[in-house]
Amino acid sequence: MNLLFKTALRNISRNARRSLMTGSAVAAGAAAMMLFGGFVAYIFAGLETSNVQRIGHLSVFRSGYFLFGSGNPAAYGIDDYKRVMDLVTNDPVIKPLANVVTPTQSLLGIAGNFSGGNQASKTFLGVGLVPSARDRMRLWDERKTGQVFKADGRLADGDETRGIVGVGLARILGLCGPLKVANCPAVTSPSADAGPDAKPRADLADLAQLEGGGTGASKDVHPHLELLAATAGGAPNVVSLSVAGAEPQGVRELDDNFIAMHLALAQQLVYGRGEHKVTAIVLQLHRSEDLPVVRARLQHLIAQNHLDLEVRDFGELAPFYVQVKAMFGTIFIFISLVMGVIVLFAVVNTMTMNVLERTNEIGTIRAMGVRRSGVRRQFILEGALIGAIGATVGAILALVVAALVNHAGLTWVPPGNSAPTPFRVDVVDHVGLVLGTWLSLTLIAMAAALLPANRAARLSVVDALRHV
Amino acid sequence: MNPAVTHSQAKSDPGLRRDDGPRRDDGPRRDDGVHADAAASAVRLHDAAKTYRTGDVEVPALRGITLDIPYHRFSMVVGASGSGKSTLLNLIGCIDAPTRGTVEVCGVNVGALEDDALADFRAKNIGFIFQTFSLVPVLSAYENVEYPLVLVGMREAERRERTNEVLEAVGLRAHAHRRPNELSGGQRQRVAIARALVKAPQVVLADEPTANLDSETGASIIELMKRVQAQSRTTFVFATHDPQLMSHADETFLIRDGRLVEQRHERSAP
Repeated sequence: MNLLFKTALRNISRNARRSLMTGSAVAAGAAAMMLFGGFVAYIFAGLETSNVQRIGHLSVFRSGYFLFGSGNPAAYGIDDYKRVMDLVTNDPVIKPLANVVTPTQSLLGIAGNFSGGNQASKTFLGVGLVPSARDRMRLWDERKTGQVFKADGRLADGDETRGIVGVGLARILGLCGPLKVANCPAVTSPSADAGPDAKPRADLADLAQLEGGGTGASKDVHPHLELLAATAGGAPNVVSLSVAGAEPQGVRELDDNFIAMHLALAQQLVYGRGEHKVTAIVLQLHRSEDLPVVRARLQHLIAQNHLDLEVRDFGELAPFYVQVKAMFGTIFIFISLVMGVIVLFAVVNTMTMNVLERTNEIGTIRAMGVRRSGVRRQFILEGALIGAIGATVGAILALVVAALVNHAGLTWVPPGNSAPTPFRVDVVDHVGLVLGTWLSLTLIAMAAALLPANRAARLSVVDALRHV
Repeated sequence: MNPAVTHSQAKSDPGLRRDDGPRRDDGPRRDDGVHADAAASAVRLHDAAKTYRTGDVEVPALRGITLDIPYHRFSMVVGASGSGKSTLLNLIGCIDAPTRGTVEVCGVNVGALEDDALADFRAKNIGFIFQTFSLVPVLSAYENVEYPLVLVGMREAERRERTNEVLEAVGLRAHAHRRPNELSGGQRQRVAIARALVKAPQVVLADEPTANLDSETGASIIELMKRVQAQSRTTFVFATHDPQLMSHADETFLIRDGRLVEQRHERSAP
């Protein structure tokens, strides 16, 4: 073994207690950084997964929809969307990279429940979708988070009348009982006098009757909602929705307003007898890393075919994802800085003590012909070794703790999620995190040794030899 | 013992590797760049003075010493405590610089060398034996002796052979893998002697080498150094109070209050 390396290792073991304390500080820092980093990585993966399952990686809209269209989705429908779908699905670049390509229709309106004596109505945010495509999208789990939703059959391609609502909307519209929603209280009216709300409800019920839908129109076992919306032409339109279930939506504002329905029903409501358009063509890819390629290709296709369309990714459509990612990233950097400073001071202290105790030895080896740079290198190597050994122990510790946590079966509700998900710490899958932490702490320990090492190197040989 | 140290082809610790030492432009040379002219002095000081400063106070340790120490001799620098013996050895050992005058070792004016060149010069030409042994505590006896050979870049196989040879000569082959704290005082000093001699330096400087040893051990150490000197023809320069050691001197330099007050030629070169 190299003499320099051998001397460094033996000096570390010679001051075993001191080295142990410093190494422990490095190990604790490394483990903390890796565990938090692993937890953050899992949160990122979970957020990415839930967003990609819900809105895909990329959405193609009519130009202007992203900035202005959410208030009037009907006005921003994609003309001849089936041709655009064909263009996208048959493109040789996109085809192998895309998991799902599906149209969706966004809509706004009023939902009313007038069955069984109910007189409840509420504005809603709706989305029309292809149920089988939705089911496939909800199975996407590239990051292996375990957050997959198997198809429950509540929405089906073969039944255009069915839909699901947010639990909040179900509560407001008095559907908790019929839908058997847990922890969902029944409606309590503030008074018998419904006040100004009473008339619109009656109007909506009347309109539903005129349109041929309305209360009790179906023999379906599911409760029904009457949905009122303005068509693209500005006329009021009503359809009846068979509510097959309620799903929590995580964010209260969405939960209180959300309705998902069959694309055909949404199109019927928004476009009536006119041309059926869609708001977006959603693309879910097999791998997120292909997003830039597919996005560029879509833009190329749009330009090539002179289409009045734009492309947005899920980060733009769900800024919450980007914000949470930035927040956890900042916290991780802050924690890393704190750990780095602790390691820095611990190693500086240890190496200063080492230099002081070995002053005579420094004088001896300098007298024997070791250059100043040789002395400097010796102490820097010792600092680096303490850092490397500590960081290695920290990495092992982090892997063990992560394995224990991951096998403990803990769950939690991440921000923006509605259901508990497994609480995991992804250390083992993030080699970059482990290596990056290991390398940074080793370099910090090395840098921390620089100051004492320079002091050692600058010592006068005679003074060092006189040191007792 | 083999006086030649071959280092040009060696692979060594890059952190401790040195460049070639200084060279003069004329005269016969050894392969380490210093003169081996038998007529020249191993050490030559001209009006060498050293003054230490403590705050505003200047303390003269040497007040202008001029002397020549010939090659291949057993020379003693003697004097009372505080007379300047150790300072003189420090100047000769190139670990301190004179505030005035010149110091030549093996024909090289060491005052003209930069710090790295000086370190390289020491590594090649000068061996040290300290009063307190000053072995590297984490290295075994073998590794302590091997250390100077690593510094001069000797190849491992050659280092091994040379180290074992020197450890055998000082009677410590059997204790080669013991650490300094597992050795007696006499054994440690033998290791220190082996370490000083292993690279076959031109000059070995020994500052009170027997001061921390009992008289019997001291005598055996003196006998060992005398024997080694006879074999290797290395120039030994001692700073000592020890009458037992002084009795073996070829040359004696008496220092008092930083001045050379007497130089005695005890016996001719062997």
